[in-house]
Amino acid sequence: MGFNIYDFSGMTHNMHLWFLERMSPTATTIVEWTIIGVSYMLFVALFGLFLVYAERKVCAAFQQRLGPMRVGYWGLLQTIADFIKLLMKELIMPKSADKFLYNLAPFIVMIATFLAMAVLPFAKGLQTLDFDIGIFYVTAVSSVGVIGILIAGWSSNNKYSLIGAMRSGAQILSYELSVSLSLVTIIILAGSMQLSVVVESQRDAWFIFKGHIPALIAFVIFLIAGTAETNRGPFDLAEAESELTAGFHTEYSGIKFAFFFLAEYINMFIVAAMATTVFLGGWMPLHFGSFESFNVVMDFIPPLVWFFMKVLGVIFLIMWFKWTFPRLRVDQILTLEWKYLLPINLINILLMSLVVLTKFHL
Amino acid sequence: MSETKEIIITSDKIHTDEYLVNMGPQHPSTHGVLRLLVRLEGEMVHNIQPHVGYIHSGIEKMCEAISYPQVIHLTDRMDYLSAHMNNEAVALCIENALQVEVPERVKYIRTIMDELSRLASHQLWWCVMGMDLGALTTFFYGLRDREHILDIFEETCGARMTLNYSVPGGVMFDIHPNFQKRVKEFIKEFRKKLPEYDQLLTGNVIFQERTNDIGYLSLEDAIAWGVTGPSGRGSGFSCDVRKHQPYSAYPLVQFEEKLATKGDTFTRYRLRMEEMYESLHIIEQLIDNIPEGDYAVKMKGVVKLPEGEFYQRVETARGEFGVYIVSDGKKNPYRVKFRSPGFSNLFALNKMAAGHKIADLVAIMSTLDLVIPDIDR
Amino acid sequence: MNALFQYISTVFKGVGTLLTGMKITGKYVFTPWNNVTQQYPENRDTLKMFDRFRGEVIMTHNENNEHLCTGCGICEINCPNGSIEIISKMELTEEGKKKRAIDQHIYHLGMCTLCNLCIKACPTGAIVMGQNFEHAVWDRSKLTKVLNQPGSKIAQGVKE
Repeated sequence: MGFNIYDFSGMTHNMHLWFLERMSPTATTIVEWTIIGVSYMLFVALFGLFLVYAERKVCAAFQQRLGPMRVGYWGLLQTIADFIKLLMKELIMPKSADKFLYNLAPFIVMIATFLAMAVLPFAKGLQTLDFDIGIFYVTAVSSVGVIGILIAGWSSNNKYSLIGAMRSGAQILSYELSVSLSLVTIIILAGSMQLSVVVESQRDAWFIFKGHIPALIAFVIFLIAGTAETNRGPFDLAEAESELTAGFHTEYSGIKFAFFFLAEYINMFIVAAMATTVFLGGWMPLHFGSFESFNVVMDFIPPLVWFFMKVLGVIFLIMWFKWTFPRLRVDQILTLEWKYLLPINLINILLMSLVVLTKFHL
Repeated sequence: MSETKEIIITSDKIHTDEYLVNMGPQHPSTHGVLRLLVRLEGEMVHNIQPHVGYIHSGIEKMCEAISYPQVIHLTDRMDYLSAHMNNEAVALCIENALQVEVPERVKYIRTIMDELSRLASHQLWWCVMGMDLGALTTFFYGLRDREHILDIFEETCGARMTLNYSVPGGVMFDIHPNFQKRVKEFIKEFRKKLPEYDQLLTGNVIFQERTNDIGYLSLEDAIAWGVTGPSGRGSGFSCDVRKHQPYSAYPLVQFEEKLATKGDTFTRYRLRMEEMYESLHIIEQLIDNIPEGDYAVKMKGVVKLPEGEFYQRVETARGEFGVYIVSDGKKNPYRVKFRSPGFSNLFALNKMAAGHKIADLVAIMSTLDLVIPDIDR
Repeated sequence: MNALFQYISTVFKGVGTLLTGMKITGKYVFTPWNNVTQQYPENRDTLKMFDRFRGEVIMTHNENNEHLCTGCGICEINCPNGSIEIISKMELTEEGKKKRAIDQHIYHLGMCTLCNLCIKACPTGAIVMGQNFEHAVWDRSKLTKVLNQPGSKIAQGVKE
């Protein structure tokens, strides 16, 4: 089992062979599924907790505070303590709630995030599913989460929850359009929807540099729409703490609340990962055309590190938005989408097509 | 909730697609225990019915049982952000009744303290306004700068919010030797920070969209509902007591009464921001010229007001604050009534926010700058 | 055409104001040494309250366990909340005269609003404001304090 930090495809292939030698193909499939499932769950739990910690620290830094400092060194164990607390809390259900849907909603939200994560290429060869319609798949499954939010708001039988859920529905359905269209811009440039191909074709230069201004515009639009799709500030209308107390998850407590909370952070990771993969070269190192020595040094950094560095950078940017801007009103959020982002996006696609047709990007 | 049901039954105007939401008494944006009964149709607010009294503490009744100097310390607990202005109102009322002339030094100190309180109050209002609109970082920037004022208060008065600094005939202590230096340092620092407030929030396109052209209050309505302070002045209602009935050192200083006519939420916001500059300007005129002298006149051990009725108005950070004392010649007041600005301002909310969205209701409520103990007393 | 120009300028102006806001927050996030948080229980040694800070009412005693309180009860009268109770006793002076003295100066911290009126009224300056602010206790009865120390007596020469 050769372990190569720069290319995981050999390792996964060898593992597959190793299993096949010892058991039947069916058993191999089941074992591999289990391994993948467990590692995804571990990743979601650990990275989700890390993101919550990071958010609290980053937010504190924006506000000239220190953030959690008591539990563990610099508060590192704070989120784990919070998680344990949430696990032990009583699960309260409103008497008049729709029991089945109320219990189902957190799982739908969670499942949607897991589905979207399946195609993300973490590093070379470290990708569970490599569809030829990868980008299409991500945009499709990431909107499943809104069903969970709608169900949560409706079944809690709370007026605040219902308003929050309806806002979220309107918001995500509209912004889905912008996310897809900004991705379409890059699909035109890449010529493929397969994520591994998209990453591979950014070997010489990332698409954000390669695609000139249209790619930059698409990146900005993707960031805005992606933030909106994860229900984060300044688009956190579904929660809107100062208006709707907690919006769609007002009535949830304990671990069910934690599911919504974790899903929000993992969704943020997915948006950042998609932005990284499609615009910022995925796990590809930063290369400047002719600086050979610089490129060699950059190549030395493992792809996994590159990927997470970029993802965390984008996440920091999204947090920066949240901790700077006021929240939009519900009609303004739709105005922004239909009056500004959508027309700009359509023109942008035209521009990108021109760039590709004239082979300006090569 | 039985009350809610009653309304549904008694009113035959309610449509089936409207519903009632209780905003508060526990709600993040009602800043305390205010309860608004909001009739909604979807996101649209149709009617708002404020219910007050959740933090009623009977201060007016309590005042009847205690002596005049003791009344002052209770006024700290009403509008705790304008504590010094409230104290001063009662002290002025007692001084007028007894026809005591306070030393010049006292007038200067009181005015500086007034304006510092106003600044502290407006800072807190600014950061809470940002927080209500979802910009949580403003909350900490505002509190960070307010801390300097609270330190100044603590050094001179011994407390940060419940100052109890004015007493009949003067102030409780002389100013601390560091007072002038600290105030000047603060002004210098805060003049640098105020433009940052504007860059962070005022100019922000989202903030502008959220506050412009909502929550109109006409001049007639402002006068009819008794909306005073920056909220009233945003509608063109010239109601600054500091200008119209100057007290303490206000006749001696140059300042402008900021007025605007548009009367929407952003105007009220802008007026408060401009008032902060005005307050800084007033303090700058006074801080170097505090005359020497006593910090209080010697009063009798037991203060007894002559028989009669006395009224004194001051301008707090929220508007006109009035003290009405009826005395029967004893050492306790016969009856005390406080005219609190928050109470009148709150009830104009229905006029301003009906027909807007829930998010606008929160924004409009923020610009009224409500302090709930001030409303309930 | 004019409308299009206006549309574009709206977009750019909007983005510009957003970037100004981000510049302000960005300035603070990258200068973490300007943080204003105080780590409270850790900084107990360096944390000093202002001299006039009103934390609690205390009675000063000198090295001979003598205080200045005559037991006149003016503080009790001046207190708006009834936080002070004076229990006085009659003592025989050296000349054989009867004289009032303090037996117990009871102070209910739980009821006190720290308004400073008692200290202002005290004719001998026997009570002052202490700077201690850590008053949390497990039992409410602990908030009732006797200010004069056991066995203490009035200092020589203090008159009502």
